[in-house]
Amino acid sequence: MRGAVATGLGPTPTTEVIKQMANSPTLELRGVDKSFGPVRVLSGVRLTARPGEVTALVGDNGAGKTTLIKCIGGTYRIDAGEMLFDGAPQIVHGPRDAAALGVEIVYQDLALADNLDIVENMFLGREDITRVRTLDENSMERKARAALAALSVRTVRSVRQKVSSLSGGQRQTVAIAKAVLWQSKVVILDEPTAALGVAQTEQVLDLVRRLAGQGVAVILVSHNMNDVMQVADSIAVLFLGRMAAQVRRVDVTQTQVVELITAGRSGSLGLSPAESGATL
Amino acid sequence: MSAPIDEIAERNDPDGGPPPEGMAALVAYTRGYLARVRGGELGSIPALVGLVVITVVFAVVHQGFLSAYNIEALVIQAAPIIVMAMGLIFVLLLGEIDLSAGTTGGLCSALMAVLMLRHGVPWWLGIIVALAAGVAIGLGIGWLRARVGIPSFVITLATFLAFQGVTLILIGGQGSVNLPDNNPLIKLENNFVPIWLGWVLLAVFVLGYAAIKVNDARRRRRAGLPPVPYTVIAAKIVVLAVLGAAFTYEMGINRNLVTNAFFGSKAEGMPWVVVLLVILYVVWHFTLSRLRYGRHVYAVGGNEEASRRAGVVVNRVRISVFVIGSGMAAISGLVAASLLQSVQSNAGAGNTLLLAVGAAVIGGTSLFGGHGRIIDAVLGGLVVAVIINGMSDLIQGANSAGYEYIVTGAVLLLAAGFDAVVRRSRV
Repeated sequence: MRGAVATGLGPTPTTEVIKQMANSPTLELRGVDKSFGPVRVLSGVRLTARPGEVTALVGDNGAGKTTLIKCIGGTYRIDAGEMLFDGAPQIVHGPRDAAALGVEIVYQDLALADNLDIVENMFLGREDITRVRTLDENSMERKARAALAALSVRTVRSVRQKVSSLSGGQRQTVAIAKAVLWQSKVVILDEPTAALGVAQTEQVLDLVRRLAGQGVAVILVSHNMNDVMQVADSIAVLFLGRMAAQVRRVDVTQTQVVELITAGRSGSLGLSPAESGATL
Repeated sequence: MSAPIDEIAERNDPDGGPPPEGMAALVAYTRGYLARVRGGELGSIPALVGLVVITVVFAVVHQGFLSAYNIEALVIQAAPIIVMAMGLIFVLLLGEIDLSAGTTGGLCSALMAVLMLRHGVPWWLGIIVALAAGVAIGLGIGWLRARVGIPSFVITLATFLAFQGVTLILIGGQGSVNLPDNNPLIKLENNFVPIWLGWVLLAVFVLGYAAIKVNDARRRRRAGLPPVPYTVIAAKIVVLAVLGAAFTYEMGINRNLVTNAFFGSKAEGMPWVVVLLVILYVVWHFTLSRLRYGRHVYAVGGNEEASRRAGVVVNRVRISVFVIGSGMAAISGLVAASLLQSVQSNAGAGNTLLLAVGAAVIGGTSLFGGHGRIIDAVLGGLVVAVIINGMSDLIQGANSAGYEYIVTGAVLLLAAGFDAVVRRSRV
């Protein structure tokens, strides 16, 4: 992991500044509001996700992380605010719109069909067909292999094995490779390491890094501070439906992030005392 | 986690070697196959083993079990079960059940018989109406399941009972409607393909199979993917050809014991229903294995939520499997009518459905959805027919029907238990 950081994605303050200037955000949210009936779940949320970077989205339970990613994925419609993709404001009416804009969400429960093999899962709903409208297995298998190879995946024995025979880490691998396959611009990973052991967590984080290396804007939703500090370039902290702060990882310590999560502020960072206090 | 093998990276390396050839390919293929079997994907193995074992047992204890006469009887008895099971496999793949497939078949055949005999409708129109009725019933059941949300067990339990009543009313008090001898439908189960035509059809079938398999392998090779070794393909083709030739030869033997001035006709050649079975098999196998629709049926059966997120219109798939199930049930009802040369007022009731579900499950289709192939219907249907046929010869006397039920029930339980155990090893 440290290797990936050292090979140029890396964070000396000067390169940070240069990169931020060169990298216009793939996804930018401005002032996003979302209410369910009288309950205001998100208010005035700002978020930027840049290509080639891992943006961690953290926050305590109930802070609105899931609602936020569902808004980005088109499952929920936002009440107010703007979503900009590559700088252009877009209106997302549903999951299909989001998919068309290049947003891929890898859910916690993975959404893979156990009885299908890796290739079949990666192409589910978007199968290649031949001129006579039969499935083009060869084309799909070739592309699936290429996608896995692009992520340097070496833990999968055969792309034709059933997903039921894969370990948790391998399943995450398949789900993430799907994003590469479909050349997604924004990939949102919902707690990808929640159910994994130590070695597999390491592998998946490595994969997340390589996914960003493909020029994808990765948004990593996680509870695990170690994961976040290890893999993120930027950390966005949600606190009770507000964006407490989005900071560069190199600028903060783990303690500061934890304070932002639990109190909404940490020293000069975060919400003003009035904002964070008023909601408590 | 399995040991890291650089297979994928290797294959995609533009300078990497070509896929393994010859013995190496065969070894790799065999190893992959064994790994799948160990992983719980047994495919047709249990059904094939069961079929061979019970056939051998019956052949030993009962002389003449493998005579041409009895083989023909087996095939025409198995045909309605196999046809219904083919349709049910689609329903079972989604983890649903259609308890009314039997009575749907009975209702459709009764409809055809009554239209033809009491209303003077031509036979072909009667068949079309019967098939249309099957499709309409499937649409209704599917709609109730997918849109209204009633469990399929309950819907089809209701239709199972109701259709029995409709058939009873349609056929009326006489208890049965006999089809006229000149009805072409009767020929399906009771007339035979000319021997020469049987051999021609076998040749077409085997050559077609070979052409498809070789073509697939060539394309995979060209695409730079590891193909199925030619040795394996050749072995499959030879097995198919030998089995087909043995069947065609045996069916070429005259089965009429007495040939004299009064009974001059010979009974030789395979029943026409075999051709129907092959056509239905090819159509549905192709649908499930090579079409996008078939892939979506498996996907919805495996993980409905994942399929929905992937953009599969789940409700449409769900309705469609009931349409296929009921449509095939209608065909099965017509085949049964052809076999009996009549339609009874209790057509399709009793254990008709259970035998078909039993056939699918014995063949290897899972009751829990997601796993099953059309070949399961054929193998399982043969197993069921062999049991019924063999038992009826073996056990004579007043209680023979009772024992037949008991043995069939025991085999079904065995198959379902096997399915449950295998499923546990899969997860």
